[in-house]
This record gives sequence, C-alpha cells and structure tokens, in this order.
Amino acid sequence: MLEIFLGLYIFMLAAFVGYGVIKGVPALLHTPLMAFTNAISGISLVGSLVAAGAHYNNVSTVLGAIAVLCATINVVGGFWITDRMLRMFKKQDPKADAAGDA
Amino acid sequence: MVDQVETLYLIASFLFILGLRGLTAAHTARRGLILAELGMVFAIWGTVIHPDIMAHLEIAGFFQTYKWILLTFFIGSAIGIAISALIPMTRMPERIALSHAFGGLAAALVGVSEYYREQVIAGHMDHTTMAAIGFEVLFGGLTFTGSLMAFGKLSGLIPGRNITWPLQNQSNILMFGGTFVLLVAVTIDPSNQVLFYAVAAMPLLLGILFVAPIGGADMPVVITLLNSYAGLAASATGFALNNNVLIIAGAIDGASGFILSVVMSKAMNRSFRNVLFGAFGKVDEEDAAMAASGGERVQEASVGDAAMLLSGAGSVIVCPGYGMAVAQAQHVVGELAEILEANGTQVRYAIHPVAGRMPGHMNVLLAEAKIPYTSLMELEEINDDFKNADVALVVGANDVVNPAAKHNPASSIYGMPVLNADLARSCIVLKRSMRPGFAGIENELFFAPNTVLTFGDAKDTLTKVVEALS
Repeated sequence: MLEIFLGLYIFMLAAFVGYGVIKGVPALLHTPLMAFTNAISGISLVGSLVAAGAHYNNVSTVLGAIAVLCATINVVGGFWITDRMLRMFKKQDPKADAAGDA
Repeated sequence: MVDQVETLYLIASFLFILGLRGLTAAHTARRGLILAELGMVFAIWGTVIHPDIMAHLEIAGFFQTYKWILLTFFIGSAIGIAISALIPMTRMPERIALSHAFGGLAAALVGVSEYYREQVIAGHMDHTTMAAIGFEVLFGGLTFTGSLMAFGKLSGLIPGRNITWPLQNQSNILMFGGTFVLLVAVTIDPSNQVLFYAVAAMPLLLGILFVAPIGGADMPVVITLLNSYAGLAASATGFALNNNVLIIAGAIDGASGFILSVVMSKAMNRSFRNVLFGAFGKVDEEDAAMAASGGERVQEASVGDAAMLLSGAGSVIVCPGYGMAVAQAQHVVGELAEILEANGTQVRYAIHPVAGRMPGHMNVLLAEAKIPYTSLMELEEINDDFKNADVALVVGANDVVNPAAKHNPASSIYGMPVLNADLARSCIVLKRSMRPGFAGIENELFFAPNTVLTFGDAKDTLTKVVEALS
C-alpha cells in the first residue's frame, strides 16, 4: 500500500516538473519536442526488457519481445529524427546577426 | 543489485529532465538531446541487470537470457533508423502518429504480459497492481488504434474528412464509461480473466471510434492528445512494475502532450472539453449556412504581377499553411527569400500555432529549407507588424488568415486568433483553387481590395516567380 502512494507522489511531482519545464519550450521547437518526448516515453522499453529477458513463461517472453521491438523503434527512431530536425535549425549568419543585435 | 538498478534509474531520470530543459532554447536543444540519450543508456543498463533477468542469467547463461532482447533490439533499431532517416519532413505528422502507435502497443503488451505472469500463472494479483495494469492496457490500446487511425488519415490511407454517424458522441462516451466500469470490476476481482481481456480489447475499438469523426485539420489536437495518452500508458506501466523511471518519463510525456493540446485548442478557439469529447463534427452544420455567400469577385494576379509586387516590397511576411507542406514548397520559399533579401527586402515568416498538421510543423519545414529560425515568428510576436509590411505572402494557408475570425460573430471560427495578413499593404495569396479551407467557409481576405490571388500549385507558382526575379 505504501509503494503505490510513493509512486503517486513521484508521478505528481514529475508531472509538475514536466509541466514547468515544457511550458518554456518555444513553439518553434514543438515538433522536435514531440519526437523527443516520444523517444523518452519509449522508456516502456524498460518494462518490455524485463518481460523479454526474465523468462517468466513463454507468453510473457513473446509479448515482451514484441514490446521491445516496438519500444526500440521509438527510442532509437525518436532520438534519431529529433537530432535530424534539430540539426536543421540554424541561426542567421554572423553578419546578419550582428546587424539584428544593433 | 537492486541498489545498482535504482542508482542507474535515478541518474537516468535526472538526465531526462536536464535534457528536456535544453529544449527550451534552440541553441541548447541538441545538447539536451544528447543528455537524454545518455539517460536512456543508463535506463537500459539498469534494466538489463534487473534482478529477475540476472536470476535467469545464472540458470540459463548469457545467450539464452539475452537472445530475444538482442534480436528485437537490433531489428527495432534498424527499423527506427530506417524510418527516421528516410522520411521527408513534410510527412513528420504521420511519423509521429505512427510512433505513438508503437508506444501504445508496447505498453499494452507489457500490461497483458504482466497480467498473464502474475494472475494466470501465479494467481496472486493484488488490487493496486491490477488497477495499474488496467490503466496501462486502457491507455495503451486507445493510443495504439487511435494513432493508427490518425496515421491513416494523415497519410491518406483513410479518407481524411470526418466520418460521422448518429449519436456518435453519446455512444462513444457510453462505451468509454462502460470500459471504465469493467476496469473497476476487474480491479475488485483480478481473477476474472474474461473481464481483463474485455478491458484490454475495448480500448482498441474506442481508439478507432474516437478518431474516426475527426477531420484532417483537427489532427494537431488529436496527435497531441494521443501523445499525452502514450505518456500516461508508460506511467501506468511504471506503477504496475514499481519502476520509478517509467513513472517519471511517462509523467513528463503526459504533461508535454497536455500542454501542447491546450496550446492547439487555444489556437483553434476551442475549449479543452470540446476537444476532449471530440465534438468536432458539429462544425459542419454551422458552416453549411456560411458557405453560401460568394458572388463577389476576386482579383487574379499573374506570376509576373506577383513577382513585381514582391520585388518592389521593402518588407515581406510569409504566412505558410498546410498547403505549403502538400506542395513541398518550402525549399522554393527559401530560394525566393534569398533573392528578395539580396535585394534588400526584409523577409520574415508568421507561424500560426495550428498551421499544418501538428504543432511546430511549419517551423521544421522552413528550417529544412535553411531559413534561419530567428526569422520564424510566432503569432503574438509578429501580428502587430503586418500593418507595416508591404506584402503578406500567403502560401497554402486559409482559415488562419481569415479576418472573419476577428469581427464576424456569425463565423464558426470567430474568436480564433488569426494572422493579420489583411492589414499588410497588399496581400498575395497562392491557392490551388477557390475551394474553401477546412472550416468550409469563404475567406473574405480573398475578396479584399488589396488582395490578389495567384492560382496554381504553390511550388510551381513560386518557382516561376523565382525565375522571373532572377
């Protein structure tokens, strides 16, 4: 019973921290943000890995293995595409930038 | 061993949050991404030495223990990299929808696997774990089929328009309520397998029914909501497995989806409740009456006229919309901007929050066309500048530049924040045809005396403009 409350506290605090931090992400980066959080939520990989690796029984292993596949696509693909997008975001060239600051 | 696992998870959680903080500015974003990737390595490291896996390792040896993990991990990585490296930026919304589907499926499968292990085999599921697994399969299943529907609509495999049937919202809400009752029932009696599999199956149907009535232009809201559900599914997995890093990462993902859907619904002037209960179909009836206007004449401009207007302008504000993505016109927009800037013209871009099919869609496309992000302006930043601009160039946008939203209470988009393209000295609209936008209403901007329309594919038109100017 204690464990579930500990979990709920963690969930609540993480949600507030997440809300606070993400509130500051500019609209410019909203698409990379979605790809990024998608990669992070591929963390369900962690759950799938245990199911696939602990060999509790055949059904759990097979379901776990499929889940590892799906989650890996998200983790690896999500980080990859976020990086691909972020690499495209370029500032103005230096001289134009200096003019802008003046 | 448990201490080691928890330490690694703690480091992972710290790195995730730190990485996310990096995303609050464009110049720190990539650093943030690397921190989060590092966090993921720690999380995976912590998991492959999980006590349950290690116990099996001692009996069965390395190969037997890790063969499935390694096999699926490599296949998954290959698929993930292939999809992400090859997909064009214009199709990013589909890519994101598809990855939500994978995320939902993974969570749902882990849920079923856990139920099978703890209840069907061992027969000792406690109520709290059952509730967590229930939420896990509920959100996981809903996200899985809902995202597949969204993917189908965005990629054109399923008709993008809203599919409606009588008593749609009522029956959907009733079914959702029914599923929730089943969830409560199986929490009270975890041993009832029929109940559990019903809880696992119903959300699959619900996901399809919820997304079916939602039209293409409302997809930004759908995708962000599904993003939020995918996060909640991951969090529920964390509760079921007593895994804190899962709870934290899921909560962050859920919060992110929530914020984005609020941003999207605000930008469409819809209440959050209206969005949640999918009352999108209603727009049709109101608009049928509105679409009846017409009879007014628009001023058509040739490519030459448009080129002349642009070359004479001191400042140009480009208003891109989904049409730019469809026509893949972002690169030629960039070329045009280069020519104009070489001419001394100031070129900026006004990005409406719901332009495109997902949050930030236009920014990514324009960044792809090597346009510096410092020229990409948010609606609030630039809206007061339109009145000083010589030309507003509307590329494939419609409802987001409709002035009726500002002053016509009878319009169904009244109150929605729009770009002030009508206030620029002159306005060039690139349009495929006179077909109305998503909301199905006439756009009075097109009939304004200072507006000219150039018909045709936006990419072709702009290519010709670029040729005329160079």
